[in-house]
Parts: sequence; C-alpha cells; structure tokens
Amino acid sequence: MLDLSIVTGHWDLFLQGLMHTVLASVLALVGSFLLGTLVAVLRLAPILACRWVGTAFVEFFRNIPLLLVVYLFYLGVTSLGVPLDGFQAGTLGLTIYTAAYIAEAVRAGIQSIPRGQTEAARASGLTYGQAMRLVVLPQALTVVIPPLCNQFLNLIKNSSVLGVVAGLDLMYFGDKVESITLATFDTYIFVGLLYLLLTLPLSYASRALERRLGQSR
Amino acid sequence: MNKRGIRLLLGVVLTLLLFAVTACGTKSGGDGGGGASASPLAPSTAATVKPSDSPAPSAAAEGGPALEAIKKRGKLVAGVKFDTKLFGLKDPVSGKVEGFDVDIAKALAKQIFGDESKLELKEVTSKTRMPMLTNGEIDIIIATMTITEERKKEVEFSDVYFKAGQSLLVKKGSPIQSIADVKKGTKVLGVKGSTSVVNIKQKAPESTVLEFENYQDAFTALKAGQGDALTTDNAILYGMTKQDPNYVVVGGTFTDEPYGIAIKKGETAFVGYVNGFLKSLNASGEYAKLYEKWIGEKPPQ
Repeated sequence: MLDLSIVTGHWDLFLQGLMHTVLASVLALVGSFLLGTLVAVLRLAPILACRWVGTAFVEFFRNIPLLLVVYLFYLGVTSLGVPLDGFQAGTLGLTIYTAAYIAEAVRAGIQSIPRGQTEAARASGLTYGQAMRLVVLPQALTVVIPPLCNQFLNLIKNSSVLGVVAGLDLMYFGDKVESITLATFDTYIFVGLLYLLLTLPLSYASRALERRLGQSR
Repeated sequence: MNKRGIRLLLGVVLTLLLFAVTACGTKSGGDGGGGASASPLAPSTAATVKPSDSPAPSAAAEGGPALEAIKKRGKLVAGVKFDTKLFGLKDPVSGKVEGFDVDIAKALAKQIFGDESKLELKEVTSKTRMPMLTNGEIDIIIATMTITEERKKEVEFSDVYFKAGQSLLVKKGSPIQSIADVKKGTKVLGVKGSTSVVNIKQKAPESTVLEFENYQDAFTALKAGQGDALTTDNAILYGMTKQDPNYVVVGGTFTDEPYGIAIKKGETAFVGYVNGFLKSLNASGEYAKLYEKWIGEKPPQ
C-alpha cells in the first residue's frame, strides 16, 4: 500500500504548498470573476472600441497555453523591471487566463436575458452601465453559476502551473518531496488527494447551488 | 447527500484505491552510483594535478602489466562521457566526441604511443563505468568521476586532474562575488533534488532557495532576474557561461568534488605511470592550455 510516511515526514512542506495553492486560487477566483465580468460587459458595450478591446482580450488569453501566460509575467514582465516572484506571476497569469473563460460564460449569460429587459431599463432613464449593473447582470449571473463553478474547479487544478515557476504551491512542494523520497507514484497520489480535498467540496457545493437555483425558477 | 452523490463518491474512492494498489512496487530506486555531485569527499590531494610520489614515466616496465597489455593491443581504450558539455560530448553532426576529458585521453595515448590517434573512446555513464573497468572493457575511466573513499575500495585513482565543486553563477557585475556574499534575502536558484540545494542551505541558511525542474529552467529564471545566483557544480556552470557570456562563475568552489582518472584495482604501477603523465602534462603547460580551451579560464593554482 501507500507509504504514509511520505505525508507524515514532509507534512510541513505539503501544508505550506496547500496554503499557497488555496491563497492563489482564492485570489485568482475573485480577481478573474471581477475582470471576467468587466470584459464581458465590454464585449457587449454599445461602443465599438470597447467591444474590440474585450474581444481582443478574450481571444488572446483564451487561445494561448496557460503556461505561456504565466511565463509572460514571470519571465517577460520581470525583465521589463517589474519585480514579480513566482507566486505573484503565477497568480496573475492564472487570473487573466481564467478571466478570459469567465468573460465568455458571463457574456452568454447576459445574452440569454431578453433584450426587452435592457430596453425597458434604458427607457426608464438608466444609463447603459446602470442598466447592466442593476437589471441585467444580477439575472445573468444566476444563469451562469454552473459554468462559473466549472471554471473555478479548473482554476484550482490549473494553479499547479505555479510549481513550474517556483510559486511554492502544492505542486512545487510535491515535486520537492518526490525528489527527496524518490517515491514518485506515491508522492503524486498524495498530491492528487490534497487537490481533491480542495475541489470535491466545491464540486458538491456547486451541484447543491444548481439544485436550489433550479427550484427557485 | 443523496443516493447518486454517495455512488459518485464511492466511485472516486474506488478509483483512487486502484491507483494506490498499482502504485505498490513502482517506487523508483535512487541512483546509488551517483554523478559527480554524489558524495563530496575530499582526498588529501586538494590542489589540481599535484602528483604525490610518482616517478616520471620513462620505461614501459614502469607501467606494470596493464600498460604492457595496452602496448600489445596497440591502442588505449578509454571510457568517457558522451553527453556532458565541456568534458565529453558527442557532436551529433560529425559524430566526434570532444571535451576536456577526451583531450586528456588523447594526451595519454600520445604519451604511450607517441600518437594520439591510437585511442578508442567508449561511452560510459555514471552507472556503467565501474563495471566496465572491472571487467576489462576499458583501460581507464576519464569521465567526470569524483574521487571518493567508497569508490577507492573498488578502483584505483590517479591524482586530481580537475578540481570540481559547487560554485555560484551570477550576472557580470553582481555584488555577489563568493558564498560569503550570499546573505539573508539573497535568492539562490537550484534544481529540485540536487545535492547542491542541500549544500547551499547548509553554507548559507539565511538565503532563499528556489528550485526548478532542470538547469535550463533555472538558468532562464536567473536571466529573467528571478534570482541573484545559480548554484551547482562549477563544471555545469562553466557550460552555461559558454551559452551566455554575460554570466560568470564567481568565488571558486565551496565543496570539493575532485575528478580523478580511475584504473583497475591493483594496477598500482599503471597509476604511477598516469600520475607521472599528469605531472609532465602540467609541467609542459599543456594542461593549462587544455583547461583554458574548455573551461575558458586559467586553472586555479
């Protein structure tokens, strides 16, 4: 069976990694949600330049590998004189990459709200921004909760990219423990279990939320 | 939790269990042989090519039965690395093996036969070199081999011909000029699982060590300014300075990994011959020439 001493003997490393993974995930989750929503609104704005910026953002960051986005910050931005360590660069890359996906989900949500809603809001004197913020987005966001949860699950798993840029996350310390113990398979199974510890509750929470939303409609 | 949820959870647990079971026995064993950085054990001869009491080579009889056999065969068979930059690297285009170790082997062939082409190079790795020497496939090992007490039980070693050891690579003009400059907050880059990472933690416990998958990744991070210094064996670091001359190896070595030429156990007369050869190589200035050709700087005195 599995050699439990791998975990007990290097628990401090695993814990440190787990904490950084959680921190990176939470920061990227909040950041990508805000940024993604903003980009979605930009993509549907009545001004051409805004739509163009929003589309360019989505198409660029959604269509290159996450690892490259992170390298862009870790190696590229740093050599321009902005000091970003592995954790910061990784979290930033993760935020922007995920935001591109969230923007698409939110855009679909906004478009699923009948046009009449916006028109009625505008007719009653609200600006485009107010109509979005007060009328359309609250409805759209409930629609997109399931796809958003999916993105957040992906985000947690994708945070393992930090391990490549010395971001001190679970994967980084997993690699480290593996190189100390040389028990490759066992170590990574424990790493996998720790990721499940983070993702499974979220998975179940999202399903419960989905059920409740289904009832409320 | 509803019934479906429970079933799902059960499925997940069973899958994991399957993984766990298959994992048994796949634990990979460590490379017991180890590379150049396996076990830092300094021998009494610390200086580069400092012959002890070996006589200068003059007659064939002084080389013992091993040298007799080599002369009879008409060529020297040397085991060298084929995959190590600067020491023994096979050029994929020309098929030629070149490096510092290779040139030492050539010089030895010249010493024995007066002709450096009377040499056959066989590829060895850290794992295969000792068995190959013991069973007579090769006459000598010149393959970035660190002299250690453990290995001395299995083979004979010549005097040190290259003083390897852990060192620091920094950008030209860096305030870090030696291990003493590595202080609190200094970011040192290394490779996961290497002994150099363990060593730097001992020599400079206050420093921040960041570990990468391989030397190329670590070097890229250093170039991007993600660290102040990169640490590993100087032999590898010199290879990096060849790649990018804006980086220099500083402060000498702070661990000892003396490379020696290995000869079959018991052939002490041949060891004496090889030590004499190294001495004359040093005296003629040929050694310094080879050192500069490959390492890019003068040998340390």
